[in-house]
Amino acid sequence: MSNVILKTEQISKYFHDPISVKVLKDISFEILKGEFISVIGKSGCGKSTLLYILSTMDTDYEGALWIEGENMGNKNEAELARVRNEKIGFVFQFHYLLNEFSVLKNVMLPGLKLGNISEKEIEHNAFEKLKLLGIEKEALKKPNQLSGGEKQRVAIARALINNPMIIMADEPTGNLDKKNSEIVFNIFQELSSLYNQSLLIVTHDNEFANRTNRIIEMEDGKIIKM
Amino acid sequence: MNYKLIASISISLLMARWRQTLVAAIGVTFSITMFVGLLSFMSGLNDMLDGLILNRTAHIRLYKEIKPSKQQPIDISNEFKNYHNFIRSVKPKNERLELYDAAGIMNALKNDERVVGVVPKVTTQVFYNVGALDINGIIDGIDAAEESRLFQFKDYVVDGNYLDLKNTPNSIILGKGVAEKMMVQLGDVIVVTTSKGEQISLKVVGLFQSGIRDIDIVQSYCSLNTTQRLLGESSTYITDIQVKLKDVSLAPLIAKEYENVFHLDALDIQTANAQFETGSFIRTLISYSVGITLLIVAGFGIYNILNMMIYEKMDSIAILKATGFSGKDVNAIFILIASTIGIVGGIFGLAFGLGLSVIIDHVPFNTASLPAIKTYPINYNPKIYLIGLSFSIVTTYFAGYFPARRASKIDPVIIIRGK
Ligand SMILES: Nc1ncnc2c1ncn2[C@@H]1O[C@H](COP(=O)(O)OP(=O)(O)OP(=O)(O)O)[C@@H](O)[C@H]1O
Ligand SMILES: [Mg+2]
Repeated sequence: MSNVILKTEQISKYFHDPISVKVLKDISFEILKGEFISVIGKSGCGKSTLLYILSTMDTDYEGALWIEGENMGNKNEAELARVRNEKIGFVFQFHYLLNEFSVLKNVMLPGLKLGNISEKEIEHNAFEKLKLLGIEKEALKKPNQLSGGEKQRVAIARALINNPMIIMADEPTGNLDKKNSEIVFNIFQELSSLYNQSLLIVTHDNEFANRTNRIIEMEDGKIIKM
Repeated sequence: MNYKLIASISISLLMARWRQTLVAAIGVTFSITMFVGLLSFMSGLNDMLDGLILNRTAHIRLYKEIKPSKQQPIDISNEFKNYHNFIRSVKPKNERLELYDAAGIMNALKNDERVVGVVPKVTTQVFYNVGALDINGIIDGIDAAEESRLFQFKDYVVDGNYLDLKNTPNSIILGKGVAEKMMVQLGDVIVVTTSKGEQISLKVVGLFQSGIRDIDIVQSYCSLNTTQRLLGESSTYITDIQVKLKDVSLAPLIAKEYENVFHLDALDIQTANAQFETGSFIRTLISYSVGITLLIVAGFGIYNILNMMIYEKMDSIAILKATGFSGKDVNAIFILIASTIGIVGGIFGLAFGLGLSVIIDHVPFNTASLPAIKTYPINYNPKIYLIGLSFSIVTTYFAGYFPARRASKIDPVIIIRGK
């Protein structure tokens, strides 16, 4: 069973404002190494909420989350930050780059934070990731000088910098046109097939979902198909 | 924690808002400049005013005071032994003001290791004769060299040489006010009438100005010998012994001790000049209050800019956290920003404060009452600079503490969801 990299047990989540609502209901599933998974479901069914919990950013839930055999419920804020830094690459619908830094530095930041290798090597790796995504020419620009599609690719490069165990993305193409969506999807597919990268992508795009290895479908806070 | 990374992020955030940062830093610089300038000036002023009286006053003065007997007849009566007695009938008797065995006492004092130096003094009342008029006056017989060494006598001799008092027989250093009234100059000969009624001629070898007019219109100085001769007394006749201590703060204690040992009156400098202590204290208090108020205002400036920065950088903070920076890292980033503003602003403040002090130090300040002082007084005590810097660091730390804590508590989920 060493192939299981992420596992949830009966995860439930409540929101109390304005009234108590259970938005996630006993979610249990496993992700195996190298899987390319998409999560689909109607708007408001709890996809983002689940993703925030899986990414360890949201700790206010019931049930258990295991990442590589470790129970996340036993970890403090700093330890969870370390898990995110080391094992999880996150891509958002809005790219969230830091405009104070160059594109290259943006990609490097999580690597510098991890600090396992020298700054030179991190810079080299960051450049390699940008190359992989075909945007190495923009390395020295500031993020606000890039197009939306380019920004999203920088965000993916950043997610890749520490060679994470899994990449999680919340509607990464939601803000992009057809062409750019296609580019981003191809990148994910390439990462999956060439590098055996595990991916968990929330999407509204059924065509996109159909091209992934596995689809998890949610409805009203429950998994109805997986 | 990776300090290099934290520092580079802090600097980037600072640079992105360098205008506001500069304004906040200038606020700190301004307040530290004023703090240092004000305190240097105030403590310089204190030193000067203290010097005016305290520097040339004996730390302890031993003398004999004419006063009623402590034991009044009623105290001796058995009948009223346990009562509070206030009937006093025995008047002071005509005692000589001479200190018996002054030489012996002075020897004993000189051997006391808490003592820096001891000088004798003879005080007498005289009349200065101006034509048909007699002006009231006091002549102190002193050892000019020792008096200068211990009590800065020469600083107040504005005309002539103070050592001539010793070298020229029958000489006098006149108070400036007295000299003006008598219309005499250096080298003139004046006549004084002693308390015994004798008239004696004295040569004016110097003019003396204490800065306190009431003193300058009566006080003059002669050598010990001359004064003893004015009094018609022998060369052992001494009325005051002045003591300078190593540690002036011990004066009240040691004065009590001498009083008991030598059976004389001993007046310590603190008791004699209590009003000066109070004045110094109040001036220091005011300058510290103003300085600290300025710093607190500057602190609010830093608090504001940080809060604004955090508000603007919510997204950045959220993304830093999402990609693995902990609350502690974020906290450190903003504390570092605040401290940088505080320390850089503070150091410039110290430099400008020093500059301001030097400028004040060169502003001419000529007043007839303070002959030794030519410019405004400044105290360059490093302690002031140390306090200024510490205060700026402490204020900025606190100004940064709450915004930084707020930033570290930002929940990335709320920010990311909010988009
Ligand atoms: N902070 C909150 N307080 C109360 N309710 C919330 C909060 N955040 C989300 N919800 C509710 O939780 C449910 C799930 O929200 P979530 O964002 O996970 O949906 P989603 O599946 O990602 O939808 P979409 O596809 O539109 O992004 C929704 O009904 C939403 O109204
Ligand atoms: Mg969503």
